[in-house]
Amino acid sequence: MSRKVSREKYEKTVSYRLKQWYEGTKDPFLGEVEMKSQKAFSEDVNAKGKRMREKKRMLARIYDTGNNAEMKIFAKFYRVSSVLFCVLLVFMLLTAVSWLPTFGEPDNPVNNEVAARYIENGLQETGAINIVTGMILDYRAFDTLGESHVLFIATCAVLILLRLDKSTKGSHGMGYDMEEDRLYEPKNDVILQTVARILVPPIVIFGIYVILGGHLGPGGGFSGGAVIGAGLILYVNAFGFAKTERFFNEKTYKRLSFCALGCYCMSKCYSFYTGANHIESVIPLGTPGAILSSGLILVLNICVGLVVAGTMYTFYVMFRKGAY
Amino acid sequence: MQIFTYILMGFLVVCAISVSLSKNLLNSILIFMSYSLVMSIIWILLESPDLAITEAAVGAGITSVLFFVTLKKIHAIMKSEESEEEEG
Repeated sequence: MSRKVSREKYEKTVSYRLKQWYEGTKDPFLGEVEMKSQKAFSEDVNAKGKRMREKKRMLARIYDTGNNAEMKIFAKFYRVSSVLFCVLLVFMLLTAVSWLPTFGEPDNPVNNEVAARYIENGLQETGAINIVTGMILDYRAFDTLGESHVLFIATCAVLILLRLDKSTKGSHGMGYDMEEDRLYEPKNDVILQTVARILVPPIVIFGIYVILGGHLGPGGGFSGGAVIGAGLILYVNAFGFAKTERFFNEKTYKRLSFCALGCYCMSKCYSFYTGANHIESVIPLGTPGAILSSGLILVLNICVGLVVAGTMYTFYVMFRKGAY
Repeated sequence: MQIFTYILMGFLVVCAISVSLSKNLLNSILIFMSYSLVMSIIWILLESPDLAITEAAVGAGITSVLFFVTLKKIHAIMKSEESEEEEG
């Protein structure tokens, strides 16, 4: 029985390791995946005493523990109240769960006449051929209003967390970050720029098509907006921020999202006053299948698309640079 | 078509497991990206093209780009490249 590969080479192959694992001589996960044990924390007595004393003094200085009645009461009841709060929360949640209907029963509240109504009368009532769009932007437009505001709030949170202040622009601020950011990547990559020059216009046009055709076929504001945002991100990667700042900066995003969300609110905020009930629209539904049909759905699609595209691009810029 | 769906499902499971087992963070993002792409094909087979477009744009496109940028910010990509150079 001749062996073509040498013993050393054979020991490196997958089959040898598999054989080892099968025979139980060596566990492949042993010593590879588990956490390394850390060194025990050690500190000499003097340093520890000093640290504790300083911490105590600092807390006394900050909270004025000697005379602060509020702090005293808080310290006394803190543990008891935290346990009580946890028990109460668990009790509340378990009670709520016990009231839920049994899973999979045929006469659950989920299986009602609403779905059948959407499918049967959706085309006449909303004028949208795509029933999904008719549902989310006409019957359930109030829910989608909240959804687009969730996106807006997410951008606000990212802005608060990642944005660099103008005061830190100096030695260690923005300039430093930008230098470091571009350090390891090609500045004017010909391949990337050529690909972007060819690909970005079709991507953006496809995004616009998806938004505008949301009530006629698959698509809608959210997916189209995400496509446009991805196209903008590719453009930024190829040509740098200097080019995009000419048409998309902080002011543009502010105005864009304000106009889009304001337009959406204006057209759907009556739900607050009618208790989420529907009002007969004065806008004619038009012929189903035409692009200018189905009432407000097209306008709302454009609004959602603008918000989503701006949000995606802003996420990227904030992650990348911390400012526009 | 049934067999094709089963192949895609199997690929999905393999992707999901290998994302967590991969030691290189860059590799796991790429595998995650392919997971989203396969998922979008499955959405099309389940006759919901709306979701397929969104999954392809958000899951495979923007999420992975944000992951890449984050990895670069925490210098995880640089480290892996250096270790590859040492090996090679």
